[in-house]
Amino acid sequence: MSNFFNKSDLTRQDADKIVSETLNNCDDGELYLEESKSESIVLDDNKIKSSNYSSDLGFGFRAISNEVVAYSYSNEISKDSLKNSSENLKSTLKSIKGTYNHEIPKSNKKFYEDINPIEQKSLDSKLEVLNKVNDFLRKKDGSVKQVTASFAGEQKSIEIIRSGGEALTDVRPLIRFNVSVMLEKNGRKETGVYGIGGRQSYDDYLKNDNWKNVCEEAFRIASVNLDSKPAPAGEMKVVLGPGWPAILIHEAIGHGLEGDFNRKKTSAFHDLMGQKVASEGVTIVDDGTIDNRRGSLTIDDEGTPTERTVLIENGILKNFMQDRHNARLMKTRSTGSGRRENYRHIVLPRMRNTMMLSGNQTQDEMIKSVDKGIFAVSFGGGQVDITSGKFVFNCTEAYEINNGKIGSPIKGATLIGDGPSILKEVSMVGNDMMLDPGIGTCGKAGQGVPVGVAQPSILIDKMTVGGTKL
Amino acid sequence: MVKDQEFLKSKASYCLDLAKKMGATDASVTVGHSISETVNFRNKSLEASDRSDGLALSIETYLGKRRSSISSSNLLDENIKTLIEKCFETTKITPEDEFNSLPDKNLLAKQISSLNLYDETRFENDKKIKYLKDLEESASSNNQIINTESSFTENKSNFILANSDGFCDGYKTSSFTTSCVTVAKDENSMERDYEFSSKRHLSDIKQAIDLGNKAAKQTIRKLSPKKIGSEKISIIFDKRISKGMLSVFASAISASAIARGTSFLKDKIGEQVFADSINVIDKPDIIKGMGSQNFDAEGVNSNTLQLIENGILKNYLVDTYNGKKLNLQSNGRSGGTTNLYFEKGNISHEDLMKKNSRSLYITETIGHGSNLVTGDYSVGATGFLVEDGEFKYPVNEITIAGNFKDMFKNIILANDLEFEYSVNSPTMMIEGMTVAGK
Repeated sequence: MSNFFNKSDLTRQDADKIVSETLNNCDDGELYLEESKSESIVLDDNKIKSSNYSSDLGFGFRAISNEVVAYSYSNEISKDSLKNSSENLKSTLKSIKGTYNHEIPKSNKKFYEDINPIEQKSLDSKLEVLNKVNDFLRKKDGSVKQVTASFAGEQKSIEIIRSGGEALTDVRPLIRFNVSVMLEKNGRKETGVYGIGGRQSYDDYLKNDNWKNVCEEAFRIASVNLDSKPAPAGEMKVVLGPGWPAILIHEAIGHGLEGDFNRKKTSAFHDLMGQKVASEGVTIVDDGTIDNRRGSLTIDDEGTPTERTVLIENGILKNFMQDRHNARLMKTRSTGSGRRENYRHIVLPRMRNTMMLSGNQTQDEMIKSVDKGIFAVSFGGGQVDITSGKFVFNCTEAYEINNGKIGSPIKGATLIGDGPSILKEVSMVGNDMMLDPGIGTCGKAGQGVPVGVAQPSILIDKMTVGGTKL
Repeated sequence: MVKDQEFLKSKASYCLDLAKKMGATDASVTVGHSISETVNFRNKSLEASDRSDGLALSIETYLGKRRSSISSSNLLDENIKTLIEKCFETTKITPEDEFNSLPDKNLLAKQISSLNLYDETRFENDKKIKYLKDLEESASSNNQIINTESSFTENKSNFILANSDGFCDGYKTSSFTTSCVTVAKDENSMERDYEFSSKRHLSDIKQAIDLGNKAAKQTIRKLSPKKIGSEKISIIFDKRISKGMLSVFASAISASAIARGTSFLKDKIGEQVFADSINVIDKPDIIKGMGSQNFDAEGVNSNTLQLIENGILKNYLVDTYNGKKLNLQSNGRSGGTTNLYFEKGNISHEDLMKKNSRSLYITETIGHGSNLVTGDYSVGATGFLVEDGEFKYPVNEITIAGNFKDMFKNIILANDLEFEYSVNSPTMMIEGMTVAGK
């Protein structure tokens, strides 16, 4: 745990006093203090290309009255700097008065340990694994022409001080291990990427040569793509594999259910609460409470304990994801979804681990039911236009389906769909729900935060596949 | 006020001295300070204000051919000392890499000329509020507009780049950025679009009323879109999309992608990669240019580069490390392109629209569908169906796909180039791409 009050002339008493005095006439707000330490080690082109260590320290001071949010940050934690920020907030909100809401729920549950993954393992041992990865892949097959492998580790300590002196703290570890391999055969080049990660130590992932599985998977994806043919273009049936393809849920549904877009009525879902937005059998939750997951949080960035929020239950829209600000304006409660990339940014309602729960059909049944379509196993990234509801994601491993059988691999193509209607096209839900391997970062308003996704295999009756073959 | 050169220089030399004292054979350091103030509006009232004040430090230490780096926002001497110690300890155990080195001394920028990148004008928050009020008034004047969100950001930055070969220079820059996002609704659909303006000098920012009007107009025309069938069709890319093609091209010719062998343009120097009417230029010394620079991220002098001449690839974008790998001299592009643009073509926008009896005009793409290794391209798109030179109806929920190798060779550019951003392109037509729809 970081002590933010031994770094300068600012004492805890000073901070409490400035915070309380600034927020006295506001509806909400807090002082958010953050110290993060992070490392990134990259092997590329047979060499350790970079090893970077970075430390960051700063505060963000927020005051909210009515609909107006005033925010000021600095990376100088001192009495003067905090006073300057306070003046800045007061000048924005000078004509708007509010009543401070002191209530914030409490919980003793923790979903990860107070560890610093960077210090737990020596740099030497990390370099050794990266070199092993490089040797392993290059020896594996002559077609391997490029290997990139990386470790990224972070420990972030935060403290939230609310008006009245209440303080809430959290220490968040996060690691990521990634392998990318490029193969070349008969003049064709293809890349395969795979990674793992979570809020835990490197050891949990790297013992027993676990890194080899990551290499094998990256190699497998690249090999499949070496034989891929042009993807079809047009509307067809799509079977999605379990796990990471749930970024479909994240893009198509998740963003549209974030509180801010619905308060502003700019989301295609804003007037659909309580209505049927998905086929029966489709249940989607956003869960911040799964141990050691990338998207899990003990408390969110406003100090609210996270929870498992049911978004869609058996096809019916049940809840939006809320931070305190949007919840207050929409007269509901925070779901512990208030997040920010770091102290430089304001809090927004965001996803944590977004999951579609299992049904009772099998992937085999889905494939067999399709005359002509595609089977999408893995994806790159996705994006959504919240307002029109249109979303895309890019296949990185996909196959054609002909007469109920999986056929040739097809080249990477973008799939496009309509968020509010796509889940009504889900005609089968598999019994094989899987979590993603821990690699997702979600971008919104220029802020990236770690998230998770999960889903079983699903069959979508109609989706547009953006290939080149007519 | 943004910190002055003297303060940044003193921090930089403190770092270099310390690194040398610990035994580093070489070192380089960047110290920067940036202050931003943003005001956000929504539906004609103040929604948020945001002030940020940030220092940033990054240091690389070398021990012969070993190198590692650290970065921090905490510039207290005691913290810097701890970090440099950690950095140097890491350097010692990092394996050697024969290509690691500071840039060649004779390539470093010698004297810097003023490019007029800094406007010291303070645009007080009250004035930003007035500007945004006017902007949103005009944006919401049509009753189909149901939501407006806009912002104005003023930024002032200063930096110093110094290395142990004696390079030590930096300069102030400013930027003023305003944007407006509008949502329109009719009985069939809800659509969003935007307009923005970003300039070095306040006086060059677009008029609030014009910006608001344009955002609203661009949003309303998207209402009640249709999905079209899958087909091969000529595609016209609006300027805001065509400049993205240039960014893809720039990534594909970065020395790092070339050295790693992960670009579809590897080994294509001297070859025809675009239609022979196409010229691409990267010009670092445009006065007030959004991408202008006196030197690159390593201190290397950067001159104007002709990247494509009559369709032929002439240069990669070379930094020191990857240059040494490729046996090329750095051309001052560590950190990428500066002001990158297509030279204008010789057909008017109007004639381009009429070139085919039927074409698709794309105003927005979504998704990350550019594969630099294979050149494959597939993205979600929205736009308009064009018949006989006129917009017939808005189109959405389609994808467009092709391969850059073919697309680049089929580009036709209009003559409507303007220098608005750091990457600029005229309106572009590419014939024979695949659209996937119904």
